Amino acid sequence: MMSSAQQVGTPVLEARGLVKRFGHVTALNGTDFELLSGEILAVIGDNGAGKSSLIKVLSGALIPDEGQILLNGQPVQFHNPIAARRHGIETVYQDLAVSPELNIAENLFLGREIRRPGVLGSVFRMLDKRRMASDAVSYMEDLKIGIQSMNQKVRTLSGGQRQGVAVARSAAFASKVIIMDEPTAALGVKESGMVVELIRQVHARGLPIILISHNMPQVFELADRIHIQRLGRRVAVLRPGECSMEDAVAIMTGARKVDEVNFYRPCAG
Amino acid sequence: MSEAVPREQPGTGAGAGAGARIRSGVMGVLGLPGVGPLLALLLAGAFFTSQSAQFLTGRNLSLVVQQVMVVGVEAIGQTLIILTAGIDLSNGNIMAFSSVILTSLAVTHGVPPVLAVAVGFLVSIGFGLLNGLLVTQIRLPPFIVTLGTLNIARALTLIYTTTTIANLPASLTALGSTFRVGKTAITYGSLLMIALYLIMWFVLSQTGWGRHVYSIGDNPEATRLAGISPKRLLTSVYALAGLFYGIAGLLLVARTGVGDPQAGLTDNLESITAVVLGGTSLFGGRGNIMGTLIGALIVGVFRNGLQLMGVPSIYQVLVTGILVILSVSVDQLSHRGQG
Repeated sequence: MMSSAQQVGTPVLEARGLVKRFGHVTALNGTDFELLSGEILAVIGDNGAGKSSLIKVLSGALIPDEGQILLNGQPVQFHNPIAARRHGIETVYQDLAVSPELNIAENLFLGREIRRPGVLGSVFRMLDKRRMASDAVSYMEDLKIGIQSMNQKVRTLSGGQRQGVAVARSAAFASKVIIMDEPTAALGVKESGMVVELIRQVHARGLPIILISHNMPQVFELADRIHIQRLGRRVAVLRPGECSMEDAVAIMTGARKVDEVNFYRPCAG
Repeated sequence: MSEAVPREQPGTGAGAGAGARIRSGVMGVLGLPGVGPLLALLLAGAFFTSQSAQFLTGRNLSLVVQQVMVVGVEAIGQTLIILTAGIDLSNGNIMAFSSVILTSLAVTHGVPPVLAVAVGFLVSIGFGLLNGLLVTQIRLPPFIVTLGTLNIARALTLIYTTTTIANLPASLTALGSTFRVGKTAITYGSLLMIALYLIMWFVLSQTGWGRHVYSIGDNPEATRLAGISPKRLLTSVYALAGLFYGIAGLLLVARTGVGDPQAGLTDNLESITAVVLGGTSLFGGRGNIMGTLIGALIVGVFRNGLQLMGVPSIYQVLVTGILVILSVSVDQLSHRGQG
């Protein structure tokens, strides 16, 4: 299912030859990665395929032993998640990384608070709560998350709404890439549907998204392309329209081998 | 965690009518942090007013505030630490060590009082910093760390001196002197305590640092992922708490007129009592600094009121124990209700 509204083309985030070892275990064995502008790229792979190490490297949570990361063609290095964020890469985590006791606006601006102008802000470090609340309203409205008050504590929200806050935060601050690491894994069916809808809306605004998911129907529903990770390497990239879920699983588990020629067209032959 | 379970979504239902809004408004006021403790304080005040003619007098109320001022200021530091889901057992002993150092410097070694106070504060901040570094760098539980520094500070105090230091210069006890409002004498120390509470209320509710203190006690992982360094934040919290213990030491010196190596032995538990009575959750992330002031005053009012009624002092301890259990139960039940 290609999203025709987006121009899918130039590489935004690339990685070449990433290697990451933990003692004797090689989590990434020279893997490549490529995210194109405007697309939703799903990353799938069996447990131990290096999927989560790859994502951690791209979001700055892990530093690779070897290899290169390119952002818009420029080599970059992320020593921590904050460095990745400064480059415009935001991550939504599966475990609802919000503070229940803080309100929605405070969560949206956590670690990026806006201070009052003038002496109140510079000397007394006073927060501009009104401005943060009104900005929060517009972020949440952009994604059509129907929440009445930004002063509502996140504790009072449902799991799906909490993840909505996390998605709105990443959408508000990401300028290049949004990484969604199993964003619906902690949610029930109905709530998952709500978050999937949010992912669509964020995508419609043009930012490329990396989606990590175990949920194969969800991957096939949302993704423009699917990156398959196996034994620490990228073994194929397929398009949901051209392959079936069975094909994807066969490649993922090694039941079917993909050669160089068919790398981007594994189901053609 | 129960968060994963989908629930009805409060506040988003289209049919939230006026009745529901009024009800949620009433619940909102009752649910505001500090309102429950304030009601308890007022009820206790009303009760003791009915029992003793001396209770509701300016002189007596000023005395209550003076009596809670030392533990009250220690409890500010304790509140900060408990908001981060920590606990501090060492505060009374740090305060005693700091106050003994500063009085002995001024009396025995002839150090100018201002400098002596500065050194005393540095000692207490240093101890707070030590607590913070042990918690963040070696990742020890705050309970264990402060149990250790409790003993270290206590031992250092007694190694330094076992005798009470008296004959203090007047400037060291200036905070114990009074000014008059009508017929009521109020100590400057009482005013200082209230000012410190107001300052910390501002810091906690109106600054980014303050919101981060709540957030780290609430969800440390989310706080870290938001780009806030837990180590720096927690270390600053423990160090700042140390400053409050130093100020409490100065208030103690001002109130008693001596540097007492045996002071503060039960202040750790008394400060925790004030925090808990004030409605701050021991699980971290939830509470209000002004609640702690009210909690400290509740303890003070019960002591004072029971004393005026002629109830033996051991019953005051009994009542404090019952109050703590009651208030934690209320917190637990209200938390359960909200899920």
